[in-house]
Amino acid sequence: MLTQLTHGIATMTRRRALAATAGLVLGLAASSPFAPAQAADDTIKVGILHSLSGTMAISETTLKDTILFLIDEQNKKGGVLGKKLEPVVVDPASNWPLFAEKARELITKDKVAVVFGCWTSVSRKSVLPVFKELNNILFYPVQYEGEESERNVFYTGAAPNQQAIPAVDYLMKEEKVKRWVLAGTDYVYPRTTNKILEAYLKSKGVAQDDIMINYTPFGHSDWQTIVADIKKFGSAGKKTAVVSTINGDANVPFYKELGNQGIKATDIPVVAFSVGEEELAGIDTKPLLGHLAAWNYFESIKTPANEKFIKEWQAYTKNPKRVTNDPMEAHYIGFNMWVKAVEKVKSTDPDKVIDALPGIEAPNLTGGTSKMLPNHHITKPVFIGEIKGNGQFDVVWKTPGLVAGDAWSKELEGSKDLIGDWVGKKCGNYNTKTNKCGGQGS
Amino acid sequence: MLAAFSSHSCRGPDVFANCIDRFRALFLSILLLSCLAVPALAGPFEDSVAKFANDEFSDTEAAVGEIAASGNALASPIISALQDGRLSADPDSKKVFITQTDGKIVDATTGAAVDKLPDNAAAVRLNNRLRRTVEAALGGLTLLSPDPAKRLAAAQSVFKSHEENLLPTVESALAKESVKSIKQAFAEARAAIILFKSDASDSDKLDAVAVVKARGDQEALALLTGLGDQPALVTKAAASAVSSIQSNLAMWSMVQNAWYGLSLGSVLLLAAIGLAITFGVMGVINMAHGEMVMLGAYTTFVVQEVIRTRYPALFDYSLLIAVPLAFLVAGFIGVLIERTIIRFLYGRPLETLLATWGLSLVLQQAVRTAFGPTNREVGNPSWMSGAFELGQITITYNRLWILCFTLAVFAILLAMLRYTALGLEMRAVTQNRRMAASMGIATSRVDALTFGLGSGIAGIAGVALSQIDNVSPNLGQSYIIDSFMVVVFGGVGNLWGTLVGAFTLGIANKFLEPVAGAVLGKIAILVLIILFIQKRPRGLFALKGRAVEA
Repeated sequence: MLTQLTHGIATMTRRRALAATAGLVLGLAASSPFAPAQAADDTIKVGILHSLSGTMAISETTLKDTILFLIDEQNKKGGVLGKKLEPVVVDPASNWPLFAEKARELITKDKVAVVFGCWTSVSRKSVLPVFKELNNILFYPVQYEGEESERNVFYTGAAPNQQAIPAVDYLMKEEKVKRWVLAGTDYVYPRTTNKILEAYLKSKGVAQDDIMINYTPFGHSDWQTIVADIKKFGSAGKKTAVVSTINGDANVPFYKELGNQGIKATDIPVVAFSVGEEELAGIDTKPLLGHLAAWNYFESIKTPANEKFIKEWQAYTKNPKRVTNDPMEAHYIGFNMWVKAVEKVKSTDPDKVIDALPGIEAPNLTGGTSKMLPNHHITKPVFIGEIKGNGQFDVVWKTPGLVAGDAWSKELEGSKDLIGDWVGKKCGNYNTKTNKCGGQGS
Repeated sequence: MLAAFSSHSCRGPDVFANCIDRFRALFLSILLLSCLAVPALAGPFEDSVAKFANDEFSDTEAAVGEIAASGNALASPIISALQDGRLSADPDSKKVFITQTDGKIVDATTGAAVDKLPDNAAAVRLNNRLRRTVEAALGGLTLLSPDPAKRLAAAQSVFKSHEENLLPTVESALAKESVKSIKQAFAEARAAIILFKSDASDSDKLDAVAVVKARGDQEALALLTGLGDQPALVTKAAASAVSSIQSNLAMWSMVQNAWYGLSLGSVLLLAAIGLAITFGVMGVINMAHGEMVMLGAYTTFVVQEVIRTRYPALFDYSLLIAVPLAFLVAGFIGVLIERTIIRFLYGRPLETLLATWGLSLVLQQAVRTAFGPTNREVGNPSWMSGAFELGQITITYNRLWILCFTLAVFAILLAMLRYTALGLEMRAVTQNRRMAASMGIATSRVDALTFGLGSGIAGIAGVALSQIDNVSPNLGQSYIIDSFMVVVFGGVGNLWGTLVGAFTLGIANKFLEPVAGAVLGKIAILVLIILFIQKRPRGLFALKGRAVEA
């Protein structure tokens, strides 16, 4: 019975994805304001590769809307190189192999000049060979585990040293935390991040006994035991904090359980790397008052650029309650960098744009200017925010300046000598000890 | 001291850290002064209050310390308003206001009533460190409050902060206290202070260890393990107290695991019970079962939205209203599905599997289009929030209610199948369709109603699950596999089997989880079920007799 069932599910996933995609693409094509596109020569096509159905639709749909919004704004300003931008939206349906198929379709069939897309690391890894083979550009807007620098990919989200490490520093200095729970969903981003954090904490003199690492399956909904364990771990007489890389849907029940079991932020603060304004929109945040998140952007940051962005975004989506979040800002920065690079080389040819991008600067929404680095990561400020009762964050700490993203973590044995440099060395994993290109990840 | 402090500006994040220790020292000395009943030295009370308007954490912290030390009658209302987010400040006029719990607004310095808040006024911000400061300050201020609940909270916050300077106040409060449980809390608070007091005598400290040991919970454990340098005798007593508390807590953790198992079992049962009808009784491999659960959850969301906008007073009853509605919505859609799709596929399990799986995708995407892909907020009514302590375990109200609710749904369903005409017809049709038909039962109508009943119950499950899980289009997917597991394990076609199956899996999972971790625990359960099915292909409680052949 069970084997039959599993078999059925396996075969169905594919059909389901295809069917759903077909339906969605049709639907989008019909409803998109850009559908009656101008003759192909007058436009520059921009691919959008975000899941609009399936598990990841919850996070990725907003990013699709963000790029549509940015393209709309750019077209109002006259487009790029005198041509209008034309979005091409596809739905990879949270299905990793389908990401690769759709990427190929975007590049070969639709002939897009650039692609904005992916959320999970596994989807990024799945499209990598396609982008290399067909030589196109991917802008990846989500915080991730690092340990990668590819010629065709530009990483506008945070690397671990732009989110996890500063957050831990904050807890150590401001909250005097001595005991650490590293809780995460069981996949590559939490595992790598926790490996980096564990190495970092140990380098700061934290004993093995004072670190508890815990992994849960995707979509875990019964947190009773783990929350009780955290409570127990926290009763050892030392200030304890939870560093959470729990992803997606599992967060809501986790926070509900924390609130119900009465773990307050003043006792055991939880700092999360995957919980933003969008995720909090589904929870009553009053019991979560004071729990923390580390991001490079918060909607509540008051700068003229951010206020303008929020206003225009809410007008574009015709929803005055629509929130903004960190990956949206990453797309905002990435999109503007791409536009600048294209205007600089007066061409959308991927080779020229890839070479032009390092060194390009674009304003971020928090009052600074981010710069694309030779390792294809960008400089970003890091903020620590506390959850407020209204689902927003109150910034309680920020890094003094912008932090440059490290492609390769300095905390891990295997990667501490590696750098990504696509300008001088033309290499994503250059070993500074042996002065050779190649090493881990090659 | 104060002059020295104010001459140093502590603004800006860079110097923030350096200032903390200074503030702590300042705060302690102020508390000390207040305890010695020296008249307030904090300068004009108004100036301290005006600091809230600066919107700097350091100024707020200073203000809290000064106000707590002022002895002013408004000190306690101001600080408790700050704690609850009811304190607002106008950055322009530097005026500070309290919004009282009854909605009235008063000026924080004078207590005079104000008509409305100025337009620029914003709630005074807090961070975690400030919240602790506020809690400790309030603890000191409310130790002698006439309100017993406040005294208890104060005693508990002093137990946590063990602020040495509060000892005289705690002792006088202890002497005056008449309520037994609060007296106990004061005694524990006093013990905590003495343990951390450097000049307390050994015998006092040993007594204190005994008091804390008697408390026996995790906070007592935290206090005793964090003692630091102590005389040898005390260290030894504390160590033995720690090990005795730990062994006591280890025993309680077994009880706790059992409770968590029951609670997980109830969720599994609730999710599976509808499937026990559609799959178990009717034999339809219903992959869209999870989506019925999701529809129930979304019904709850819609009900709560309507209540929020129109009848906010009814919020605590929202779930009671949502239960029948969710049953009707999901049940109606269930009947619709049976009439339009499933009735053509009886006896063709593979086609049914594919059709219902496709249907589940259609329903998911329909909901995604109608409500958006993001989570929807379903609030917990007040009677489902929070927890209570039973011995040394924490029982959350939402889990407790869900357990009760599940058992009630199960009992009602069982009674329905046993004692109503429809129940009789259902059993007749599922056990021997042809015989039932020749007895004059309209079998196709019964099929539709049975499927509707199963779907409706899945909808009800959605109402309860909306309280502990996300309300998103993916809600159903996460329960479908578990539901099939429970029904297959318990024995297809047997409701009691589903009950026993759900609780067995729940408890087994919760006893495995602390040992193996959540991921391995889940895998282990799956492997155990597969092995079990090899041995008993028909599950725990197999139907016997002629029904099996039908």
